[in-house]
Amino acid sequence: MFTVLLQFILSGITVGAIYALVGLGFNIIYNATSIINLAQGEFVVMGGLIMWFFSQSLQLPFFTSIILTILLVGLIGLMMERLTINPLKNADLLLMIMITVAVSIVLRGILMFKFGKDPYSYPPFTEGEPIVILGAVIQQQVLWVLGITLTCIGLIFLFFNKTMLGKAMSACAVNPTAAKLVGINVSRMIMLSFILSAILGAIGGIAITPISLMEYDKGPSLAVKGFCAAIMGGLGNGMGAVVGGFIIGILESLTAGYIHSGFKDAVALVILLGILFFKPAGLFGSKATLSVRKF
Amino acid sequence: MKGKGRSFWKYLVVGLAIAILAKVSFAKEPYKIGAIFAVTGAASFLGEPEKNTAILIMEQINKAGGINGHPLEIIIEDSKSQEADAVLAAKKLLEKDKVLAIVGPSTTGESMALVPIMNNAKTPLISCAAGYGITNPVSERYWIFKTPQHDLSAVQAIYNHMKKKGIKKVGIITISTGFGDAGRKALLDEAPKWGIEIVADERYGPKDSDMTTQLTKIKTSGAQAVINWSVGPGQVVVTKNWHDLKLGIPLYQSHGWGSKKNIELAGKAAEGVIAPLGRLVVWDKLPDNHPQKALLKKYETDYKERFKSEPGTFGGHAYDAIMMVVEALKKVGPDKSKIRDYIEKNIKNWPGTGGIFNMSEHDHCGLDMNAFEMVVVKNGDWEILKD
Repeated sequence: MFTVLLQFILSGITVGAIYALVGLGFNIIYNATSIINLAQGEFVVMGGLIMWFFSQSLQLPFFTSIILTILLVGLIGLMMERLTINPLKNADLLLMIMITVAVSIVLRGILMFKFGKDPYSYPPFTEGEPIVILGAVIQQQVLWVLGITLTCIGLIFLFFNKTMLGKAMSACAVNPTAAKLVGINVSRMIMLSFILSAILGAIGGIAITPISLMEYDKGPSLAVKGFCAAIMGGLGNGMGAVVGGFIIGILESLTAGYIHSGFKDAVALVILLGILFFKPAGLFGSKATLSVRKF
Repeated sequence: MKGKGRSFWKYLVVGLAIAILAKVSFAKEPYKIGAIFAVTGAASFLGEPEKNTAILIMEQINKAGGINGHPLEIIIEDSKSQEADAVLAAKKLLEKDKVLAIVGPSTTGESMALVPIMNNAKTPLISCAAGYGITNPVSERYWIFKTPQHDLSAVQAIYNHMKKKGIKKVGIITISTGFGDAGRKALLDEAPKWGIEIVADERYGPKDSDMTTQLTKIKTSGAQAVINWSVGPGQVVVTKNWHDLKLGIPLYQSHGWGSKKNIELAGKAAEGVIAPLGRLVVWDKLPDNHPQKALLKKYETDYKERFKSEPGTFGGHAYDAIMMVVEALKKVGPDKSKIRDYIEKNIKNWPGTGGIFNMSEHDHCGLDMNAFEMVVVKNGDWEILKD
């Protein structure tokens, strides 16, 4: 019986790691602009599909493919900001969020034309049998996803707390006018946040595709779960998104295992609502940040 | 500029010449058939090969001199995978184009929406969708036929195989879409008739990334086999998870498994997966005297040559539907009610891509579980199971 419970938890960690990695991406743009980028799921999908294109279709070496994918998706993030967000200058926040929805639809259309409707996949980073822990199994690729997620959190933490650039970026979100007054190039910072966020999405897509496969319209479902993870942990908090992702993943799995798989999405969302009811800022968000938050 | 102008005239002259030649070789009125396919939208994976198949047949028949000297004109409409657009397309085809019969639509929902319209217009409809309700009850579906096998027949083929193998306890895992709902219902309804007990009944969403939880639960329920019912990436994820968990019980897939792409994506995890598949995917492994073999070979080779892609089972459904109408036109001419009667009474022992059809006044689909072969994945290829 213990093996079964352990398997449910490991399965939960598998999906939780995916949610966490997607959820992380929401935080960077949010931290710099207070915008919730609803095209984040498409960045993840592009990561997976473009990686497939370079590594399987063009047969480029593994690391070259990763670097090219990250560069290309970063470039798309830059274009998205320069072409849609930047020209609006001081538009309403809600309008900006609607624009990210529009961008996500356009990107999905382009992906459909380029890649068609079939799912794509490539071999995991390390080939081999899944790892057995006390009779329960977990795919090797999940460990990669976990490792990458933790590395990303570490880097993001260092960036926002220890570098001038990162601090300047968070200043833009808190008060753009004040940031401008102390000499921060706000427009440049926002652009940078989109690039970083796109890159993070691409890394996520590259890492999860061998587990979940990737197709052009997977973006919204990934974004919804990733967004839930980010809110549960407290928007803007990197560690929060990861913990939120694991909580949702494990809850889904336990619900599927002990109640019924038909209820798993509902139960996870009900618990999310419950947490927000008692702790509106999320598990790791403080009341103070909530009060200055625009969204 | 000058060069451009000249080439325009050249095209015009060539075009006119073709038009005149066509007129000369087809002195008779064209026979018009309507076709409604989900060329765009959610079900475009069905509509695309169906549309291509219609184009292929039209070209081949007209090149060979048409039907009794009449050119065949298939007017293709896009339903955009939406019921409302399918209804509009049908009205346009019936009222404006005055077609003799309609082939399609691609999905069950769209087909059901057309049932009353076709009955009122007294025009035959040969649907390319699988739902049992499209042609049943037959008494209320006088003008309606369909070419894909029933979901139910695929379930029967699986249970028949399990019975031979002595499998009595089964765990099912189904996708939460229309396809999965219909399959789940058929699996649950049919099980008692074959002495099979469903010991686990699990679901998953169309975009889910991991089904190890559900499979673990099926394993602990004491099932002797697991049946997955889905189309799309879910069936590959289930296969990979089944392999990783080393469940030690066989995995059966639905008839939606019949694409080489699935084997590619699942890799060695697909080894040993069993599924009931139409013969189109395994035509090269059929004995030479099989009545469907020559036809399947010709259809697949021609399609690949013309469109550089695989027709898949879905293109085959359109092929069967159009060829039934073509044969009826050849025998009885442009009379809607005679076409209907011909299809109902004379499509007997009729080899198509989906199986050997036997239409009757009690059955407007004409296929049963014998339309399927039980196929196992072996060394990255399909292999027909002998027993």
